[in-house]
Amino acid sequence: MMPKKQQNFFLLLCGLIVTTLGTIILSTTMGYIEITPGQILRVLAAQFSDSQLLAGMDQTIPFVVMDVRLPRILTAALVGGGLAMSGVIYQGILLNPLADPYTLGVSSGAAFGASLAFLGNLLLLGHFSVPLFAFGGAVATLFIVLYLSTFNGQMSAATLILSGVIVGAILSAGISFLKYLADEQVSVIIFWLMGSFASRTWSDVVLIAVALLFGTVISLYYSRDLNIMSLGGRSADALGVETARTRTILLLTASLVTAVCVAVSGVIGFIGLIVPHLMRFVVGPDNRKLLPLSILAGATLLVLADTVTRAVLPSEVPIGVLTALIGGPFFCMIFRQRQRRLKYE
Amino acid sequence: MSNGYALKNASYSYGETPAVNDITLELAPGKFYGLVGPNGCGKTTFLDLLVGNKVPETGTVYFNDKPLQHYKRRDLARQIALVPQDFAIGFSFTVEEVVLMGRHPYINRFASPSETDWQLIEEAMATIGISHYREHYINELSGGEKQRAVVARALAQDTPVLIFDEATSNLDVQYTLQIFNVARKLVQEKGRTVIAVIHNLNLAAAYCDEILFMKQGKLVQHGPVAETMAPSIIKEIFDVETAVRMDSFSKTRQVSFKYWNR
Repeated sequence: MMPKKQQNFFLLLCGLIVTTLGTIILSTTMGYIEITPGQILRVLAAQFSDSQLLAGMDQTIPFVVMDVRLPRILTAALVGGGLAMSGVIYQGILLNPLADPYTLGVSSGAAFGASLAFLGNLLLLGHFSVPLFAFGGAVATLFIVLYLSTFNGQMSAATLILSGVIVGAILSAGISFLKYLADEQVSVIIFWLMGSFASRTWSDVVLIAVALLFGTVISLYYSRDLNIMSLGGRSADALGVETARTRTILLLTASLVTAVCVAVSGVIGFIGLIVPHLMRFVVGPDNRKLLPLSILAGATLLVLADTVTRAVLPSEVPIGVLTALIGGPFFCMIFRQRQRRLKYE
Repeated sequence: MSNGYALKNASYSYGETPAVNDITLELAPGKFYGLVGPNGCGKTTFLDLLVGNKVPETGTVYFNDKPLQHYKRRDLARQIALVPQDFAIGFSFTVEEVVLMGRHPYINRFASPSETDWQLIEEAMATIGISHYREHYINELSGGEKQRAVVARALAQDTPVLIFDEATSNLDVQYTLQIFNVARKLVQEKGRTVIAVIHNLNLAAAYCDEILFMKQGKLVQHGPVAETMAPSIIKEIFDVETAVRMDSFSKTRQVSFKYWNR
């Protein structure tokens, strides 16, 4: 009985890996210039061997693939995976399928930090100043939210969400105030807040890849403890889980990954909500399976969404707006379903 | 004392209000203890001290002659199992997965459950009589079925000490007696220790070896059923009029209450 379930999981995992890679290649073919999958593979192979492979190819193609499309598409994939991973962790800890990186106010904190960097022209650290400020904002917000929701060393899921919403509201007002102050620069902040993968570079890819790898290792390490924690803190403690410590480590990890995602691509909502929810339908709530599958599905979904806005729509819609337009109604649906279920329980 | 408890002046309070107030007590292994007292008298906090979920602010709880807080959580979970009052589960795991969680303290981080683990969860599910809905989702079961799955999880944990926090509050008479019979059997045949919060005085008298009466955070009375299940003590704890007599049908002490002026 168990081996068959394991088998199904590995089939699903392999299927999703192939789908993700396929989506990335498909997306790279699409755009202003049509590029065939064969040409993409030749360009990729040429990076690791001699450039003879590029003979006879239009010279713009390697440039478009390596410097324009792949950095953008890989950033989208990694951000999608990172947001989905954070969603699994937040939902697992808050015991609430409506939780995602935004429920805790962490992304508002990151956005506030980044807006400060834009407004104050605090770009002394060059390329890393916006990520660093976003990161600082996210971590500061996390600590404030954790502080507000902890009494007598106990933290309840309800107070955690409430604290997140309250702090998030204050931060949104703060961002509005910064926009008001920003005057001429306001369009930079507004555009960045809406989220975009346009003109991402390989250093963005590396930054987010490192964060995602770190997050994946930590969250998989604690994935079974996270399963046990769905029984509530009291039962999990009695089953040998260091609940308070595990919760802090996982919340920090998820918030770090969220901060890097927001810093790199702006505010992109609902991926972290929808993906874990859908994957839970497919494989059930076991986080050991849910985590890897959600990361892959999140990557695929965000690459698809970004491809639609980049190559399909007549003009580019900010990705954050697109995911909110699709994700918002989905959120309402889950919310209604949940209420209906609660009524019958 | 092997697998026994000793509490020395243990206290725990929430802000100004003491929930457990200066309790000194020894609990020998291999006995069935009933914890009885009015609502809000500190029973759950007292159990949390015994499980190691809370550390006393003053005083010490010893298990096996070693302070509880000196144990690793995982080691403690192999010694003491808790059946909580609140058994809500955040996500829809199957009954089998929930019972398997009882083996968590024994399974290494990336290992699969061993033969022994599977055997113990099979036994636990069979004992409680829930094997036939192992594939059902826990959140689709009734309150009573859920509670039985949680008892099975505690049995699968296979510990010398079992702590029940009102473990039968959602169960009908048949399943209440089933759970108490299982617990009594573990005490009698395997020398396990059971500590249970029991509101029904007749059940407490029928199944327990010793009763601990708590009131306002204090341990008021502690002793064998024959000595402590008495009208004067029940009056002191609950302020109700009772008569206590040996019942020939159940062969136990039974409590009758003065209900209203008939």
